[in-house]
Amino acid sequence: AMEGGLSVASRIREGDCAVLKRDDVFKAVSVLRRRKIIFEKQWFYLDNAIGHVYGTTFEVTGGGNLQPKQEAEETNKETKEAGTDNRNIVDDGKSQKLTHDDIKALKDKGIKGQEIVQQLIENSTTFRDKTEFAQDKYIKKKKKKYEALITIVKPSTRILSTMYYAREPGKINHLRYDTLGQMLTLGNIHAGNKMIVMETCAGLVLGAVMERMGGYGSIIQMYSGGGPVRAATSCFGFPKVFFDNLHEFPLSKVDSLLSGTFSTETLPSEPEDNALAEEASNGLTDEKQTSLQETEEESTTEAAMEINQTEEQETMDINAEDVEHKENKEKENKENVREKQRKQWERRKKLLETAALLREKNADGLIVASKFHPTPLLLALLEFVAPSRPFVVYCQYKEPLLECYTKLRERGGVINLKLSETWLRNYQVLPDRSHPKLTMSGGGGYLLSGITVVLDKGKSDSSNLEALKMEEPSSKRRKVQDLHC
Amino acid sequence: MSFVEYGDTIKDGDTAIVFLGHESMFPVKVQHGTVTQTKYGVIRHSTDLIGKKYGSKVTCSKGGWVFILHPTPELWTMNLPHRTQILYSTDISIITMMLELKPGSIVCESGTGSGSLSHALIRTVAPTGHLYTVEFHQQRAEKAREEFREHGVEHLVTVTNQDVCKNGFGVSNIADAVFLDIPSPWEAIGHAKSALKVEGGRMCSFSPCIEQVQRTCLAMEEYGFTEINTLEILLRVYNVRTISLQIPDLGKAAENNSSTGFDSSSPADQGSLCANLQQGAVQFKSGVPLREVVGHTGYLTFATKS
Repeated sequence: AMEGGLSVASRIREGDCAVLKRDDVFKAVSVLRRRKIIFEKQWFYLDNAIGHVYGTTFEVTGGGNLQPKQEAEETNKETKEAGTDNRNIVDDGKSQKLTHDDIKALKDKGIKGQEIVQQLIENSTTFRDKTEFAQDKYIKKKKKKYEALITIVKPSTRILSTMYYAREPGKINHLRYDTLGQMLTLGNIHAGNKMIVMETCAGLVLGAVMERMGGYGSIIQMYSGGGPVRAATSCFGFPKVFFDNLHEFPLSKVDSLLSGTFSTETLPSEPEDNALAEEASNGLTDEKQTSLQETEEESTTEAAMEINQTEEQETMDINAEDVEHKENKEKENKENVREKQRKQWERRKKLLETAALLREKNADGLIVASKFHPTPLLLALLEFVAPSRPFVVYCQYKEPLLECYTKLRERGGVINLKLSETWLRNYQVLPDRSHPKLTMSGGGGYLLSGITVVLDKGKSDSSNLEALKMEEPSSKRRKVQDLHC
Repeated sequence: MSFVEYGDTIKDGDTAIVFLGHESMFPVKVQHGTVTQTKYGVIRHSTDLIGKKYGSKVTCSKGGWVFILHPTPELWTMNLPHRTQILYSTDISIITMMLELKPGSIVCESGTGSGSLSHALIRTVAPTGHLYTVEFHQQRAEKAREEFREHGVEHLVTVTNQDVCKNGFGVSNIADAVFLDIPSPWEAIGHAKSALKVEGGRMCSFSPCIEQVQRTCLAMEEYGFTEINTLEILLRVYNVRTISLQIPDLGKAAENNSSTGFDSSSPADQGSLCANLQQGAVQFKSGVPLREVVGHTGYLTFATKS
């Protein structure tokens, strides 16, 4: 009723990045007219959803249309009959009098899911003998199957990280959402930071950092291969300004930057236009996820162009009348080359700017979540971080972080090192039926976090010794060491 | 410095964290002319702190040294003066993410307690968001206000001294998220709903006991909240150790000894025995769980108003 006063941003608009939700299953989509969507074995169009408020629940009707769900027409809550136990319930497979064909016929007639559920209950001979709890469970199960309710929600780190962990854990190195939440907090990610992010999690970690920074401050994304992958980042639907202070820098240039021999002469092969241009759809089924594949794609286009040119030469020899056509083509080609040079020049300029940002060595934090061994990444990238700033490294496995811990102690310049893991347990809470959910996730990865301090270069030798001692802190040894401090 | 903006150098009036060693630290208010006692001796603020870089090593009067750290909500949580039981960073991290907080978010919280969560919330919603926090204990409310002022974040937070169950949050239809950490949250669900924006938002309630969760979930359902979900997050910390396990002697060593001679009591032989044992050990690195860990803080129940 008060919908008139809502902000525009809370309504579903054409071109938006949105997330479909059915029970606990999510799928990211872009809202487009006349585009068929398949989700949880159902197909439909999003056209009718445009203009509605985010969070609205829709029912799929005939012809794939979405119709906002009417407020719960409560299933008859009149005093119900129920049994007390199941001593007389026998599984003879005949309790449901409706056959598969009957049910299919009901569905084909376009009868609402709610009514099908009602009919199933009426035609179940055992329903009334079931306990109240069992009846409840039966209805819930049938509803889930026959009532196709889809909610359209706004993308957020909560939703996208839950979605990725459930659907494509391999693409995000099995980084569970609570672990990601930990990283954002331990890393003190907030507006105004200058962050360094190195991830191979499809751009999910980058997106999470961008959300927490709200467009304030700057982010330098380190990448390996041809360019950063941002398929998940694009699912967030960030406004364009969020990308103004997002920089990228190739890992392969880090060593030269640190040793002072950095130049832009040899660039890694050019990436596809990423981020904004990248398929905004769900990014999940998308095959272009790895930068390796992107690079390959790039070289195929180049090869294709070469073929075009030779073909052209041949045509000229054979058919002289096509000269005009050929000249046009040549002009086009020259323009292509010029365009390419311009792009290259721009890339170089950006790279120099990013290198300058890194050289300031005053970043406010470092976030690493990649498929690579964390130790070399940390030892190199921490050089760019200011003292008294947090850093967090994620790894799917504990062992590489053990080594990383030891190496960081040897290097010095870090304190408060902590290796940790979180466990997440979900609960069913219902009157008289509360308990932990049957299954929980076996592993969501490990974190190594700490705080940078001014690196005491002169004393590096003696601090090495201390570092080794620190590794096995017995309270006694700590006291001695503290005194030495 | 402030809790929402990094600064490079330590200034008069800052709150800084003195780091003494493994898990041992405390906060100081930096003031010209003041001295702070540590077990390594005295730190003189005017000469030892002011003007120095955050993250510097500061040598104390007895020759020992400490690090001075820039404050963050996480360091504050580990060092703040307790006036109540507090929420720690592990719970805070999932609360922040599940409530979908970010710069610009408007959040309601009750009770303020010792301000552990409040600082983290303010950090996340700054510079354009706001925290409305309600604390029924007058002294605690006043203390929280004072801390927010000292930490340079008072413009981002409003502390109200009233009973949230009776009087609500003092605002309506403006919040993106509501957080409850009170003994009877089910009595505040209606107020949570009216504090949230018309178009909806998220809420979370923290309770240690399952009976509290039960009543809260029923109330949430009654008020039309959806996506009601209860979870628990536990932190496991590992010590990094190098472990050495000996290879058992299955008789081979004895055989060798008897072949070299029977005078095994000579000092030289003892030495070689030790060497053998050392060779017969395997070393590896391990992440060893702490002997005792926190097994339960509280259940977190999340829900959506839509």
